[in-house]
Amino acid sequence: MPMTDLRTETMTVNMGPQHPSTHGVLRLVLRLDGENVVGAEPTVGYLHTGIEKTIEQKKYQQVIPLVERMDYLSAQSNSFSFALSVERLLRIDVPDRVKWIRVLLAELQRLNSHLVWLATHGMEVGAVTLMLYCFRERELFLNINELVAGFRMFPSYIRVGGLREDLPAGFHAAVTEVLDRMPAKLAEYEDLLTHNPIYIKRARGVGVVSKADALGLGLIGPIARAAGIPYDVRKAFPYSGYETFDFDVPIGATGDVYDRYLVRIEEMYQSLRICRQALDRISPAGAWAVDDPRIVAPPKDKVYTEMEALIQHFLIHSQGFTVPAGEAYVPVEGPRGEHGCYVVSDGTNRPWRVKMRSPSLMSCQALPTMIHGGMIADVIAVIGSIDVVMGDVDR
Amino acid sequence: MDVASIVAALRAAVPGADYQPGTATDRPTVIVPREHLVDTAKVLRDDPSFRFDVLVEVTAVDYWPDEPRFEVVYHLLATTIPSQIRLKVRLAGEEAHVLSLRTVWPSADWLEREVWDLFGIVFEQHGDLRRLLMPEDWEGHPLRKDYPVQIKMKAKVHQPLQLTEQEFQANIVADREVRGDRTRPGGDLT
Repeated sequence: MPMTDLRTETMTVNMGPQHPSTHGVLRLVLRLDGENVVGAEPTVGYLHTGIEKTIEQKKYQQVIPLVERMDYLSAQSNSFSFALSVERLLRIDVPDRVKWIRVLLAELQRLNSHLVWLATHGMEVGAVTLMLYCFRERELFLNINELVAGFRMFPSYIRVGGLREDLPAGFHAAVTEVLDRMPAKLAEYEDLLTHNPIYIKRARGVGVVSKADALGLGLIGPIARAAGIPYDVRKAFPYSGYETFDFDVPIGATGDVYDRYLVRIEEMYQSLRICRQALDRISPAGAWAVDDPRIVAPPKDKVYTEMEALIQHFLIHSQGFTVPAGEAYVPVEGPRGEHGCYVVSDGTNRPWRVKMRSPSLMSCQALPTMIHGGMIADVIAVIGSIDVVMGDVDR
Repeated sequence: MDVASIVAALRAAVPGADYQPGTATDRPTVIVPREHLVDTAKVLRDDPSFRFDVLVEVTAVDYWPDEPRFEVVYHLLATTIPSQIRLKVRLAGEEAHVLSLRTVWPSADWLEREVWDLFGIVFEQHGDLRRLLMPEDWEGHPLRKDYPVQIKMKAKVHQPLQLTEQEFQANIVADREVRGDRTRPGGDLT
């Protein structure tokens, strides 16, 4: 029988919402022609918890723990951008020491998040060893969070006006130990994947995003840099003193899965560089918040001895502080791309509207472009390479 | 570029449009008339002095009960210069609709769907304006300020079909009369 007489039809397959490689609850409706993907439709929203609506009823400091729960792998990117936006509205500038500590925490967060990405991506393309190795090292970063704030995943340590409290004793030694340990570990991961012919076959030329597509789909972040767009918020619009740090922005060429892998690995080395510079600048003791009694509660010893401090303590913890009416959007470079927080204030002690810019939402939107025309097995590799966090997509 | 020069350049490029400079201090903000939004977006994307190649964010703010009630907010980014700008379109609550920017920047697709989902602002000529985050059968648009939040509503649950024993038996009898199937294997149920 000639092939033209064969009855062929496309098949629709639901991938997710419960699938181990969708990093949460992402549902992909795939249209398949044999093993080739000829159509894809992502469905999101399963983790929608209405955080932006809840925020409108919270006082400004109460928003910090809420926004940290959006992108749960890089919690402090959310709170960092929220704090920067509100500080812009308050027209305050935090002390240099606070800036360096925030930069250090943000870069440790990036390493932490990239380790989870490498672990899951490696596991999905068959390198299960890598998953165990990366989660082993991630523990070190969670331990630092625990040391600093008492929380491992959602430290809520970055506050509007500075930090929650001063760094604990032994912070420098703990961070130095981790920073000394990481380069050898990163080399170990690279030994497993970078020149691994099986991984290169899975990743080279797969899930390609062109420069024009990356810009049109708003994929600013590691995905656009892998496609060759040299844009990094830390360089283009420096915040929190990033202009004083010495680091490079890695750029890819083709925009495929392998380039995204290389870009993120290099970003981890660069983050280590920034961490070392920041750690050298942080004095063991010093200012940990802006010196403004309207925003920061007075120290406890004064609360117990001075009437004014007691009143101030009571006011800040019961009413919060008011923010001048206006709007601000200050983006930060998160592990997944540009995290931003659009804050609209009406002059009261609660935000009128807060909108979090979610880089994962844009990556999800670009998924059909990346996987169209590829094989179904490549879908797994592509989802792993764009590093979506569904809590960030659905908010 | 500061706000005044951006507004002047836009007025020259789009004749007849009445742009207003915004008051925000973090970046230049331009308030765009609704009917000139798409023309303005194309100028901002293609003009060599602007080159805003990325639509970073689309969102809305509800100022209920004030009028004009809605502000649709667009954050644009020029990666090469680099520069940032914010566009705003003010919409009355009675006519909350604006033309879609999907043809100018493809990333507007989901961002506009999210705004429609949560605010109920219609993006005309979008082509695929469905809910994004909320369930398809959801009623109302939750981020509107007049959307109830602090009230307790009874959860809607699907009621299972409730039949009495008599109705169940009568159904079986009626079914057999229609089909004439009195000798099925396994014996007579009644």
